[in-house]
Amino acid sequence: MDVFGSFALLLAFVCAVYAFVGGIAAIRTRHPLLVKSARQAGLATCGLIFLATGSLVYLFFSDSYWVAYVVAHSNRDLSTFYKVAALWSGQEGSLLFWSFLLAIYVFSALFAYRNKNGELMPYVGVVLAGVQIFFLTLNNFVASPFKVLATTGANGTLDIFTRADGSGLNPLLQYPEMVIHPPNLYSGYTGFTIPFAFALGALLARYPGEKWIHLTRKWTMIAWCFQTMGILLGAHWAYAVLGWGGYWGWDPVENASLLPWLTGTAFLHSVMMQEKRGMMKVWNVWLVFCTFMLCILGTLLTRSGVVSSVHAFAQSSIGNWFVGFLALILVVCFTAYVKNRDYLKSENQLDSMVSRESSFLFNNLILLVSCIAVLSGTLFPVFSEWFSGSRISVGAPFFNKVNIPIGLLLLFLTGVGPLLAWRKTSTDSLKRNFGGPLVAALVAGVAALAVGLREFYSLVCLILCVFVASTISMEFFRGAKVIRARSGASLLASAVDLTMRNTRRYGGYIVHMGMVLIFVGLAGAAFNRDVQKEMQLGSTLQIGRYNLLLQSFDSKPEKNYTSERMIVEVMRDNKPLMMLYPERRFFQTNEQSGTMVAIYSTLRDDLYVVYAGQSPDNQLPVIHAYLNPLVKWIWLGGVIVVLGTIVTLLPNRRAVLAFSSAQEPVAARPLGQTLAPSPTLREGHD
Amino acid sequence: MQKRAKFGVGIGVIVVSLAFLAWLGYGESKTYYHTIAELQTLQGAARSHRLRVGGTVEPGSIRRLSGRVDFVLQGEGKLLPVSYVGSDPLPDTFVDKSQALVEGSLARNGSFVAEHVQAKCASKYEAAPTAGPTSRSGNTSSSSAQPSTM
Repeated sequence: MDVFGSFALLLAFVCAVYAFVGGIAAIRTRHPLLVKSARQAGLATCGLIFLATGSLVYLFFSDSYWVAYVVAHSNRDLSTFYKVAALWSGQEGSLLFWSFLLAIYVFSALFAYRNKNGELMPYVGVVLAGVQIFFLTLNNFVASPFKVLATTGANGTLDIFTRADGSGLNPLLQYPEMVIHPPNLYSGYTGFTIPFAFALGALLARYPGEKWIHLTRKWTMIAWCFQTMGILLGAHWAYAVLGWGGYWGWDPVENASLLPWLTGTAFLHSVMMQEKRGMMKVWNVWLVFCTFMLCILGTLLTRSGVVSSVHAFAQSSIGNWFVGFLALILVVCFTAYVKNRDYLKSENQLDSMVSRESSFLFNNLILLVSCIAVLSGTLFPVFSEWFSGSRISVGAPFFNKVNIPIGLLLLFLTGVGPLLAWRKTSTDSLKRNFGGPLVAALVAGVAALAVGLREFYSLVCLILCVFVASTISMEFFRGAKVIRARSGASLLASAVDLTMRNTRRYGGYIVHMGMVLIFVGLAGAAFNRDVQKEMQLGSTLQIGRYNLLLQSFDSKPEKNYTSERMIVEVMRDNKPLMMLYPERRFFQTNEQSGTMVAIYSTLRDDLYVVYAGQSPDNQLPVIHAYLNPLVKWIWLGGVIVVLGTIVTLLPNRRAVLAFSSAQEPVAARPLGQTLAPSPTLREGHD
Repeated sequence: MQKRAKFGVGIGVIVVSLAFLAWLGYGESKTYYHTIAELQTLQGAARSHRLRVGGTVEPGSIRRLSGRVDFVLQGEGKLLPVSYVGSDPLPDTFVDKSQALVEGSLARNGSFVAEHVQAKCASKYEAAPTAGPTSRSGNTSSSSAQPSTM
């Protein structure tokens, strides 16, 4: 199977090269058969990558301990569930996994548009094949996952050598989220390849109009949604597994996942200006170029250890390949832009400071400033070494100082932007739209001050959250009222109907509402508390309204590890509430230990209990308890963001504003029916 | 033209104030990377910076005392005694021979007072196949053994 896999990869490489060269020839000659064969080579590339990935998975499941990658990341006792995760737990496998996910996107795009957009698709195919060639080069010649173990025999021949068992999977990765987090994040990273390919293809082809934006909107939403889920799942993994009580530490790898999200979010907003007003064309093209480059940079940062390692660039040769690829993309994008820039002339200018356009402009500006701040902070050690010779890093205070005000500004714009009119907003409509929410926000602010909330940023955040939530609710309420007046259905049913009539607009509001909840959760971090204490049997520890009583202590062997756990009774306001089992696991295969945090989560706060080892003085177990307010709101907000994104991807139920007097069934249609992609593109957003 | 000026001022105010905050945060959190060998040659003000040093934990040197953990880092043949005084528990990967990255400052006697310790266990994962007989195509790649969080 290892031979099969590596041949499939090699053939995939050959096919990708054909798709690239044949595609260029097809563009030059415009020969229909050549166009078709290049496209089919692209599809074949994807099929072969699927086969190669399948054979690596098979090698894991069949415990093939002569394949180096399998030996390094699996062992016989590893559960089936984690054998899947082992696929992307190391360098070679995750690069193959990148190719695999990219192949899914490329296959769907090539297949979906096989008989459409004949002018544009050959260009898109060439760009996609180019990206695939890069990753297949790595898969084949730099970091092959199919290397086998071998010994040199007596007469100089190489014999394949099989190990009895593998070294096992890193315990930090043996956690359910680690099985779903990387595929999500990778799907985000790879997904931005599609809008990138269409943008570059449209620029090269000088493809008329805003068609590429319509074509890629859904793809961008899907990639963005995966990226959002990936980031949040990663944060949740850090929170639940690493045991330090936090979910975000401005670690280079975390920052790497945030960067394309920031530019991607900016892109999703600023394309609306191009769709509606024909503005920002250059900006949009560059935003999508940058997003793709940041995705590649993110992979580079994660895979090469450029930043976290003490010795720059020395750790892994893979980094140079990525730097080279980034430089190549930049050159190609820049050349394409310079040659075709007259095609990107703006048709309109900004009219007023208080308009939808300017709110998008500021939204983009601050997302970009945030991106630059995070990027420069992350790469600071590399740059400072180039310029001054000493390697200087910056920590959380740097990132927080810049990004907290940016986040609050964005939150403000989230509330204001969607309700401003295009071109210019009248004072009357300002009063009508924002009067109520402003009063609500001020009332909330005064109430919070009254109960003793004195943290400046948290207070501002709370006020803004109330403001934004009430503007969004008002939008739903107003629209639903109109529908109710016509159809007589209940207000809730009317709101559902309203959403389904203009999924893009109201789905967007739902996403915004999810972001508001996430901000509520983030604001809670200002009030985190923690206590650490040595515990005797029967002794208690108090944190907030909770009392923790250590009842007993046990140790039991499991299949793949030995677990040592504390049995802790939790009392709230002196009434017994529940049991928690903070745990430490020792993995025999690789002599590692892992922490299993016990969390009792409510909307008000999370009780987060870590078994922090034994005290060196008296061998008593040590408990480290944290009380983190409002954390649950972040995960809840994440779920709503994802639901909102799915709503925006649904086709509109009927044309916008085409109200009929006939009674309409208001219950949502079965999901399978509504999820079918809409064949026509709609001008959904207001 | 007046419209453009208004936008210019708005953008300018935002960018300048954020840049100011960034500068504040930079001053508060900048940390210098050094190797253990470089540490011993530092002079004057450079000795009082926040520092970050990497090395390998000397086998058998970890001593868990009350309120602190002492250990010795080794790098390029030089040794550095470290006292960890932070409140967070040491990472699970912090064991003999693991690669550790410590952050803190130099004490007067030349030892290092660490407030944060990061550790990765290089010897256990990726190196395992090469520890055995060599693979067919030479060494397997010497990629980072840091647990991937992607």
